[in-house]
Amino acid sequence: MKADAILDTLGLYCPMPIVKTAKKIKDLKIGQVLEVISDDEGIKEDMPAWCRRTGNEFLRIEEGEGEYRVYVRKLK
Amino acid sequence: MAEKVNIIVFSGDLDKVLAAFNLALGAAAMEMKVTLFFTFWGLNVIRKDKKVSRTRGIMRKILSLVNRGGVRRLPLSRLNMGGLGRSMMKKLMEDSKIPSLEETIKMAQQMGVEFVACTTTMGMMGISREDLIPEVGRLAGVATYLGEATEGKINLFI
Repeated sequence: MKADAILDTLGLYCPMPIVKTAKKIKDLKIGQVLEVISDDEGIKEDMPAWCRRTGNEFLRIEEGEGEYRVYVRKLK
Repeated sequence: MAEKVNIIVFSGDLDKVLAAFNLALGAAAMEMKVTLFFTFWGLNVIRKDKKVSRTRGIMRKILSLVNRGGVRRLPLSRLNMGGLGRSMMKKLMEDSKIPSLEETIKMAQQMGVEFVACTTTMGMMGISREDLIPEVGRLAGVATYLGEATEGKINLFI
């Protein structure tokens, strides 16, 4: 999946991946996609929850070897 | 309007305070409005390392000697072992790339988390405004907390 921006949060535990996501998404335009890379398993539940709360769109999650790529579309 | 989260930080134990701040950061990242109310031992979190104001009364002087403020002095609620446990925990956090409480406090402030100090405990313990870190925005009491708690979706006591 193609993203407009990538955020590397490898090695960071909760809540830092969503804290950094909240910051990073401000740099994007509406409709653009942010890819967040994380090795914290909590991201699987936390990113959809963050998206529901903030009104952004959770697109999909790709699981690799011990790492997750999460795609979020900025909606507001 | 943003949902409101109020957390009373009563504890001055490093582990509990970390939990409070992690929740605060997470809530701020979720675009919620967060207020932390520091009272009793929790005041130690927002006290400067060194007491600035003059302490009046022998009991308060003793208390300020045995209950010194400042983030780096906060003990663990369990296995503190005279500070050894705390040092080990800090090392573990550093190795795991978990931000220190000092860094977390800075981040919280940058994200708009509001810090309120309880005037009753301040008065009782002989702590003045100038003994608190500048991040503290307001001094207030129970009515302020209750007023905000009724508006809050999430109210926690730690």
